[in-house]
Amino acid sequence: MEQNIRHHLTDDLLMAYAAGSLPEAFDLMVATHISLCDHCRARVESFDAVGGHVLGEQDTVTMDQGSLAATMALIAQGAPMAKPTRPACSVLPAPLQDYVGGDVNAIRWRSIGMGVKQAILPTTREATARLLFIPAGAAVPDHGHNGIELTMVLQGAFSDEVDHFARGDVEIADEDLEHTPVADMAEDCICLAVTDAPLKFSKLMPRLFQPFLRI
Amino acid sequence: MFTEIDTAILDDPAPPLSADRPRVVQKRIKGKRVNGSCDSKAEWVGHIKRIREAQDQAAFAELFQHFAPRIKAFLIKSGSDTAMAEECAQEVMATLWHKAHLFDPSRATVATWVFTIARNKRIDVLRRQRRPEPEDLGWGPEAEPDQDDVIALQQETAQLRRALRALPEAQKDLIEKAYFGDLTHREIASQTGLPLGTIKSRIRLALDRLRHAMN
Repeated sequence: MEQNIRHHLTDDLLMAYAAGSLPEAFDLMVATHISLCDHCRARVESFDAVGGHVLGEQDTVTMDQGSLAATMALIAQGAPMAKPTRPACSVLPAPLQDYVGGDVNAIRWRSIGMGVKQAILPTTREATARLLFIPAGAAVPDHGHNGIELTMVLQGAFSDEVDHFARGDVEIADEDLEHTPVADMAEDCICLAVTDAPLKFSKLMPRLFQPFLRI
Repeated sequence: MFTEIDTAILDDPAPPLSADRPRVVQKRIKGKRVNGSCDSKAEWVGHIKRIREAQDQAAFAELFQHFAPRIKAFLIKSGSDTAMAEECAQEVMATLWHKAHLFDPSRATVATWVFTIARNKRIDVLRRQRRPEPEDLGWGPEAEPDQDDVIALQQETAQLRRALRALPEAQKDLIEKAYFGDLTHREIASQTGLPLGTIKSRIRLALDRLRHAMN
C-alpha cells in the first residue's frame, strides 16, 4: 500500500466498478489503483454494500427442482484452480501482473519514439489499457483526448500542466485537457494508461502512426 | 457525482489504531447476538464460519435457500435468461462454499459478499470479459477480525439499508439499474447523494486494522 497518494479515482468510476459496468480496461485501472490505495478500496467496498442491499431486496425467483443437490455435486468436483499468488511489493500490483504474466521484466515493450515505449494489454476493445515507459526527464508528446484518459504512476513520477504525480496517483484527463507529461529526472517512469477513445496528438508524426500503435 | 461529505478527508492520515474503538460503540453493541438463531442477518456470518471450519452442509442449505433465489432474480434482471440464471446461481453458491475462508465479516456482510460473487459471474458469463480484482487482503489462518468490528459493520450496513430505502423511488430505480449493469459510468455520474459516509469510514478502519495485523 502507498501512504502518500494524493490523486484518487472519482466516485462514478468506483461505483461503476462495484456495479460491474466498466469496460475491462477501466476495471483493470480501478483494481490496480485500489491495490495501492485503501482510501479508494474502502469507497469501492461501500459501493459493494449498496450492491448487497440491491441483491437482498430482490423478489425471489424459485430455483429448479434438485438445484441444491446439483450445487452440492458442483462443490464435490472441487474448487477451481487458484490463481498464482503474486508478490505484493513489486512495481506491478497483482491485477496488472495477471495481464503481463509477471513483473516489470516480463513487459514486452514496443518503442513509440523518443525513448518512450508502450505495451498494450489484452482487454476487450471498448477501451484500451497500456503500460507506458517514459525515460527519466523525457516527455510524452502533447496530446488531447476524445474521451477520458486515466494515467496512474507505477514507478518514478511525472509532472504536467496540472500537477505532480507519483506512485499510486491517477491523473484523470478529459476532452478539455491538452497536456505534456514529463518524467522526473530521478528515475524512469512507468505508468498504466487507460483510454476509451483514441488520443489526439498535436504534432503530425505521432498522428500518422496512431492507427498502427492504437494510441 | 457522489460528492459526499467525505471529500474533505481525502488526504487525512488514517486515524490512529487506539482511537478506532470508541467506548460509545462498545456500549451500543453490548448484548447483541452475533450468532442468534433466526432473528438477525448476523447469523449468516456464523453459517459461513460453519462451512469454512466444518464443511457444514446444513448451514449451506440454509444459505442456499435464502440467497440462491435472490441471485437468480438479480441475474435475470441483469439480462440473463432463466436457464442461464439458474446455472449461474448454482455456480455462485458453489463459489461461496469454496471461498468461505476468504470472507471478511469486518468489511462486508454476507449479502454484500454474495453480491460481489454474483456480479463477477455476470461479467464473466454475460459480458464475456475478465474481471480484474485488487490484491487479496486476508486475515490469514492465525488472526481473525474482532467480534465488535463485525457487529459494528453490520450496524453500519443496517443503517445504509434504512437510508437507501428512504430514498425517492426514482433514485432507487436508478441505483437498481446501475447495479443490474444498465448504466454507464457517465450515467452513474449524474446521480447524487448516496449516504455512504459512515460505512465507508468503518470499512476503512477495518482495512487499517488488517494492514496492522499483516505487518
